[in-house]
Amino acid sequence: MADVTIAAGKSPHSHSPDGEYHSYLENTGKHRGILAWILSTDHKRIGILYLISIFTFFAVGVVLGFLMRLEMLVPGPAGKIFNAQEYNALFTLHGVIMVFLFVIPGIPATLGNFFLPIQIGAKDVAFPRLNLLSWYLYITGAIVIMMSMFWHGLPDTGWTFYVPYSIRTGTDVTMAVFGVFILGFSSILTGLNFLTTIHRLRAPGMSFFRMPLFVWALYATAWIQVIATPVLAITLLLIVIERVFSVGIFNPTLGGDPVLYQHLFWIYSHPAVYIMILPPMGVVSEIVTTFSHRSVFGYKMIAMSSLAIAFIGYLVWGHHMFVAGETQTAQFVFSLLTFLVAIPSGIKVFNWVATMYKGSIDPQPPFLFLMAFIILFAIGGLTGLVLGSLATDVHLTGTYFVVGHFHYIIFGGAVFIFFGALHYWLPKMFGRMYGKKTANWALGILFVGFNMLYFPMLLLGYEGMPRRYFAYLPKYETLQHISMVGSWVLVIGLIIMFVNLIHGIFRGEKCGPNPWGGTTLEWTIPSPPPLENFEEIPIVTNEPYYHPEAEPIKAEPIPVAK
Amino acid sequence: MSEITESNAEVLGHAHEEHAHRDDVGAKMGMWIFLLTELLLFTGLFLVYAVYRYYYTKEFHEAGMQTHILFGTVNTMVLLTSSLTMVLSIAAIQRGKKWLSATFLSSTILLGLAFLIIKYVEWSEEIAKGIYPGSPTLLAKSNGEVLFFGLYYTMTGLHAIHVIAGMTILIFMLVFILRNKITKDNYTKLENAGLYWHLVDIIWIFLFPLFYLIN
Repeated sequence: MADVTIAAGKSPHSHSPDGEYHSYLENTGKHRGILAWILSTDHKRIGILYLISIFTFFAVGVVLGFLMRLEMLVPGPAGKIFNAQEYNALFTLHGVIMVFLFVIPGIPATLGNFFLPIQIGAKDVAFPRLNLLSWYLYITGAIVIMMSMFWHGLPDTGWTFYVPYSIRTGTDVTMAVFGVFILGFSSILTGLNFLTTIHRLRAPGMSFFRMPLFVWALYATAWIQVIATPVLAITLLLIVIERVFSVGIFNPTLGGDPVLYQHLFWIYSHPAVYIMILPPMGVVSEIVTTFSHRSVFGYKMIAMSSLAIAFIGYLVWGHHMFVAGETQTAQFVFSLLTFLVAIPSGIKVFNWVATMYKGSIDPQPPFLFLMAFIILFAIGGLTGLVLGSLATDVHLTGTYFVVGHFHYIIFGGAVFIFFGALHYWLPKMFGRMYGKKTANWALGILFVGFNMLYFPMLLLGYEGMPRRYFAYLPKYETLQHISMVGSWVLVIGLIIMFVNLIHGIFRGEKCGPNPWGGTTLEWTIPSPPPLENFEEIPIVTNEPYYHPEAEPIKAEPIPVAK
Repeated sequence: MSEITESNAEVLGHAHEEHAHRDDVGAKMGMWIFLLTELLLFTGLFLVYAVYRYYYTKEFHEAGMQTHILFGTVNTMVLLTSSLTMVLSIAAIQRGKKWLSATFLSSTILLGLAFLIIKYVEWSEEIAKGIYPGSPTLLAKSNGEVLFFGLYYTMTGLHAIHVIAGMTILIFMLVFILRNKITKDNYTKLENAGLYWHLVDIIWIFLFPLFYLIN
């Protein structure tokens, strides 16, 4: 039976007889110009479509966040740039764009799309046309969200759309929520596609335990996408139904229970945090082994810990609702389960560090991004423990502390690794290298700006500054100003980084197929990759991270009691 | 595993033939995962139902007496029969009987239509009685009853949308059968459509007791 899915309409001959090949960047199909991209079912082109669209929305989100910081120039309420209503719209839109349009699709839809099939030795994903449909759904959802701007006014509920306010407000919550509903479809279809691809299209010899750890991370992520997203979909649909028909499900005046909404929302949205963080963890596993020039330590444990995080991550949603009238039993259980997630996360971190042990470390830009990630993620993780503990959470919930913690995890953790992954894989995708020195400078500026921006938030929250307020007491002024200046530094770092990367894509030096000495399958093919990835489907005979030159670590024999 | 390399060589050998290669197992796996997401979509609603039934046991009991058990029962039989004809349609195409398969598939679509018509009549009767979301008659009732009917319209409404989606898919399948796109050797599409139809059926099997029988 035929086991290989190949998109119709492409020539299987990537290589011509004289050794030259057609890269995926050359137009060989019947379409030209932009149509050759937006109608292409090639997973590499779709990955780049996602990359462009996702970073466009990232730029919008950054501008909104920048404006929110600028709003803190004076304590107010007098002399403000935006009034309270406009500020509410700012943080709602910032949250919705960053969470649903940037971080959740994030790495899986972009780099996952590009490298998942290559890393398992396949020519494309299992359902190429469905893959393109996912991108169209993403764009449709984004447009619907943007339309809410021009309808009844921007939603002002915060990205969590908490009831009962979200069913009462006169702003256009219906449109925004419906947009997120469509994005959910896109996410589900991507997850479904990846699961089937991983199960069905691995190259001969590529057993599950020979898959690169990035693929393992995407596998765990795809399961969360498939299992958690429908719950969000129905929850958001209920908000729309509630607003349009007022059936009363979340409306306390009709007997509905607003806290039920919070449960349903977090049953999705907590696992969604792992949709955001698991793929970066997979990238870290790739980067750490490549730049340490040694096989990853504890391969199976890292692979399994991804699944463990995905599983436990399901059972902790209640920790978002410690102050929403949970019973004490529920609080204890959810708090305990929250601490349990630290175990598989810890397994990963220890294995990464152990991989570096006796390695020959090459501190290239991607590796430095990883270093920054470890520091920022550690701060994010530790502040997470403070919030996961019942007593401290009651004091800190709803303050800047939560905002600071969240940004350390998602921005400092997930997005810094997203940047690191771009520095790792863009030379592969386009065959050209960016300026490494500039990349290092950009990282330094980003790191300083990031900490200036978010560390003061932890202190402000500790002192009691509530989140989502457009004005503040004069005693918070110094910290607010440091944070604001931090946002300027951060934006400068972002601009330098992106200019450097884009310049590298078009004008950088050619870098050959394997600039870093990586060992996974994507480094065995030319850069940029050929149209159908592999001239011949490779036969995999060894583990993914085999560095023959690395000195083997001799384990001391463990004495066995007789 | 060697099959993959062989089929790959085969593809390279037929470079000029532009056709997508089939992976029937993969296609079915994708469908099952999709069904899982559909099931979870309704699970959210079942959860909401369970919570409110627990809060308002008495009111749900009283409201449950007011739904039309006759319409509900007939519709259950209609949908179960449609699942039968769906299975027969697949069995027919497996034996290469194109027209028989098309006939059974058409009956499935018609039974789906019958379900919707009965649903329409049932809803019209409820609405004629003044029971619909936000109506003065309904708002005069207790909170539990308001929620019961809110859920009744939401869940059966969402289910009806799924019936319409299923019928649309089946109409496409019918066209595929008539144009010989679905044949004795290539019927995974029809099987997947059948799986979706059965899912729609199964969800109704759960909705029926929750809104018509338990009281």
